[in-house]
Amino acid sequence: MLRLEKRAQPSNFWNWATPLLAVALTMVAGAILFAFLGKDPFAAIKMIFWDPLFNPQFAAYSRPQLLVKAAPLILIAVGLAIGFRAGIWNIGAEGQYIIGALCGAAVALAFFPSPGWYIFPLMVLAGAAGGWAWAMIPAILKTRFNTNEILVSLLLVYVAEKILAAMATGRMRNPDGAGFPGSRNIAQYPAASNPEIIAGSGMHWGVVAAFIAVIFTYILLHKHILGYQIRLAGQAPRAARFAGVAPARLVVMCLGFSGAMAGLAGLFEVAGPARMISIDFNVGYGFTAIIVAFLGRLHPVGIVLAGLLMALTYIGGELAQFMLGLPGAAIQVFQGMLLFFLLALDVLSNYRIRLSWPEAA
Amino acid sequence: MTTPLLAIKGITKAYPGVVANSDVSFDIGKGEIHALLGENGAGKSTLVKAIYGLVRPDSGTMRWRGEPFAPTAPHEARAAGVAMVFQHFSLFDALDVAENVALGMDNPPPLRKLAAQIRKVSNDYGLPLDPGQLVGDLSAGQRQRVEIVRCLLQDPHLLIMDEPTSVLTPQEVDTLFRTLRQLRAEGRSILYISHKLEEIRALCETATVLRLGKVVDRCDPRDRTARELAEMMVGTKLHQPERPPHSPGDIALEVRGLSLRSPSPFGTSLKEVSVAVHMGEILGIGGVAGNGQDELSAALSGELRAPPGAVSIRGETVGHMGPNARRAMGLLCAPEERLGHAAAPEMTLVENALLTGAWRQKLVNGGFVNWTKARGFAEAVIKRFDVRTPGAHVVARALSGGNLQKFVIGREIMQRPDVLVVNQPTWGVDASAAAAIRQALMDLAQGGAAVVVISQDLDELLEIADSFAALNAGRLTAKRPVRGLTLDQVGLMLGGAEEAGDAAA
Repeated sequence: MLRLEKRAQPSNFWNWATPLLAVALTMVAGAILFAFLGKDPFAAIKMIFWDPLFNPQFAAYSRPQLLVKAAPLILIAVGLAIGFRAGIWNIGAEGQYIIGALCGAAVALAFFPSPGWYIFPLMVLAGAAGGWAWAMIPAILKTRFNTNEILVSLLLVYVAEKILAAMATGRMRNPDGAGFPGSRNIAQYPAASNPEIIAGSGMHWGVVAAFIAVIFTYILLHKHILGYQIRLAGQAPRAARFAGVAPARLVVMCLGFSGAMAGLAGLFEVAGPARMISIDFNVGYGFTAIIVAFLGRLHPVGIVLAGLLMALTYIGGELAQFMLGLPGAAIQVFQGMLLFFLLALDVLSNYRIRLSWPEAA
Repeated sequence: MTTPLLAIKGITKAYPGVVANSDVSFDIGKGEIHALLGENGAGKSTLVKAIYGLVRPDSGTMRWRGEPFAPTAPHEARAAGVAMVFQHFSLFDALDVAENVALGMDNPPPLRKLAAQIRKVSNDYGLPLDPGQLVGDLSAGQRQRVEIVRCLLQDPHLLIMDEPTSVLTPQEVDTLFRTLRQLRAEGRSILYISHKLEEIRALCETATVLRLGKVVDRCDPRDRTARELAEMMVGTKLHQPERPPHSPGDIALEVRGLSLRSPSPFGTSLKEVSVAVHMGEILGIGGVAGNGQDELSAALSGELRAPPGAVSIRGETVGHMGPNARRAMGLLCAPEERLGHAAAPEMTLVENALLTGAWRQKLVNGGFVNWTKARGFAEAVIKRFDVRTPGAHVVARALSGGNLQKFVIGREIMQRPDVLVVNQPTWGVDASAAAAIRQALMDLAQGGAAVVVISQDLDELLEIADSFAALNAGRLTAKRPVRGLTLDQVGLMLGGAEEAGDAAA
C-alpha cells in the first residue's frame, strides 16, 4: 500500500523537480490524448515544443512570438504571485488586463492624432491605474464586507468583458472604420504605439516592463520586510498579526499590485501586438498566468521560465492546430493538465511516499 | 501471589524514525491505582493506546487475568472491561449529557433509562450530573465527569485516565480523587497518567517510569519526593529555578478597566480587567482554559486594540497601539500557540527571529532585511537558550515543542523587554526545558523587568510568581502575594469567588 509520510523539512529538491516532472507527465498524457484524436502523438509533441523554435520553416515567425506571448504572462504572473504568496487569491487578472487596456487605449484615442512624446507614458500610467482600480473592487469588498476575493475578482472578469464589447462597438469604435466594431489602430499611431524595439526579436516595451517587474518582485520578496510580511501572512496568518502585519492593508496592496501589473500587460498588448481594442481582445492571458505563477513556484525567476514554456505551448499549439488539425480545445486541455499534474505532484515536496503493508491501527 | 489484572510483557512498538515503546513490562494489580510517569514523548500514550486496542504492538504480550489479551479495536478492550478517559474530551456541545453518553456506548439503552442510570451512578460516585443539560453549558470539570460517568456505566475493571487534572481547579481535583479512591475500594484498578507529581504521590501506590520508550524505574511514589520522581523521569539532576530575594520597583505595566469583546464567537470577552505589575515582579495569572487567557494575551501584545488608557507602560498609554509600536515601548509577548502564532511553522529559525525581532534588534534597514544580522540574532538565541537544532536554517516545525518554546521565549528575552507577557510558557514542554524557561523568566525579572505569566499550571505559577491573580469568565481577580497563599484560596480565586477589593498588593 502507498502511504504518505510528512517530511520534517519541505524538500528543496522536489520543490524544483516537480515542475519538470509535471511538464514531462503532461507531454506523456498529452501524447496519449492526441493519439486518441487520431494524430501522430510524437509529431504533435514535436510540433508544440520543438518546431516553433528550431524548425527553419516556422522559427523566423515563431521565435519573436515567444517573447510577445511570454511578456504579458510573466508580467501578470509576477503580480499574481505576490498575492498568492500572501494567501490572497486574485483570479480576475483577465478582467484587470481588459480594463488596463481600455484605460490605456482611451488615453491614446483621446489624444489622437496629436504627436506628443508624453502620450505613451501617460497610457502606461492609465493602464496600470485601470487594472489597479478594477482590482480595488474585490479588495475593498473584502476588507469592508469580508467577501471572498476569489469569487468577486472572477465574476468581475465577465463584467469587464461586457464593458470591452460595449466599448469596441460603441464609444471607442473607429469613426473611420465603416461601422465595423473595434477601435482605431493604436499600433499605427506613432505617439501611442508599443513597437518592437529590436526588429525581429519580439522585444517590445511590455517585455522590458516584465523584466523590471521580475527584478522588482525578486527584491521585494527576498530582501524587503514587506516581502517577508507577505510570505508570513500566507503561511501563518496569526503569526503575521502577531508580527504587526495589518491584514487589510496587505489585501489592498497585493490586489492592487497584481491588478496594476495585469493592467500594464493589457496596455502593452493593445498598443502593440493586438493593435486595437476589439471585442475578442482578451485571449486568456490572465487565466493562463495563474498556471504560470504556480508552475514557476511563485518565484520570480521560476515564473520567467514557466512563462516562456507556456508561451511555447501557445505558439506550438497554434502551429499544431494549423498544421495537424488538432482542435483548439485539445491545446487548452493540454495547458490545463500542466497545472493539474503540478498541483498533484506538489505533495512530493512535503511528503515522502512509502510502501507499506496495511496495519490495523 | 495472585494473578495481576493486567500483565504487560515486552511490549515494543516502533514508528518510522522512533521507537515509542521498547520492551515495556509491568503489572497492574486488582484494586490498584498505578501511575504511568514520563515526559512528553516517553511513550505513555502509545502504551495506553495498545491497552485500549487503538495501536497494535510490534511484539510483546498482554495478559488479562491470566488470559492472552490482544484487542484489535477499542470495543474489544471495552468488552473485556477497559475504559478510558481521554485528555481531550470527545463531546458534542450541542447534545445533552445523556445523548453524549449514549454516543460513546456500544449498546446504549433507551435514553430515559440511561438518564436514570447516569443520575444514579453520578450520585453514587460523588460526581453529580444532570443528564438533560447541554454539554456546551458545562464547565471543563463537569465535562470530564460526563466522560468518567460514561466509562463507569460500562462497569470497568480498569479505568485509564490520561492527564485528568490538567483542566481542573484544586477543588475539582479533590472531588475527582475521592471518586477514584472509592473506585479503588470497590476493587477496580486505575492506570493514571499525569505529570503532576504531587498528585501522583497523593493518589497512587505504584508507579512505572518511562523514559524514551523504556521502563527505567518502578517505585512507590509515596516514598519518594516529587523531585526524586522528576529526576527519574528526566534521568538527570533537575535544576530547581531559584531567585534571590528582591523588592518590587515602580509600576511597569498597568491595565485599567480593560473590557474587550472577543473577536471569536467561541471566545471569552474581557470584563473590567485591572491590574498593575511592578518592575522586578512576576505576576502569575491562573485560570482554567477558555476564561479569557488568549484575549488578555492578545490585548497586551497589541493584536487586539483597546481604548488608549486601558493599557499603559511606565505611565504611557499604549492601548490603541499595534504590536510593533508596543514592542518599541518595551512590551514583548510570547503567545501560547507556538506553531502558527508565536512562530511560522514552515519558516526557518532565521526568518522566525525576524518575526518579532525586526525592529528592536534593528534587523531591518530602510525597509530592507539584513539577513546576516537576522541569522546572527537567531544563532545568539539558539546558543544562549540551548535550543537543540542542527542550525538556524531549520524550519520551526522540525523542532520539538520544548526546543521551539525555548527559542520563542529566548527570542523575546534577548530583546531585553521592560515588560514580558508569556502565555503557557511550559505547556507540552519537557521537564528540563520547562525548568530552563522558568529560570530564564526569573532571571529576567531579577534584572528589573515586569513579567506576566499566564498559565494553567498552578504549580508553575506558585513556584515562580510573586503575585497571583485568576481569570474567570473574562474577569480578573485582584492580585494577591503568592507568599502565604494556600491552595484553597487559589481554588476559590479560580472559581471567581474572590471579592475584588480584597488585598490589592
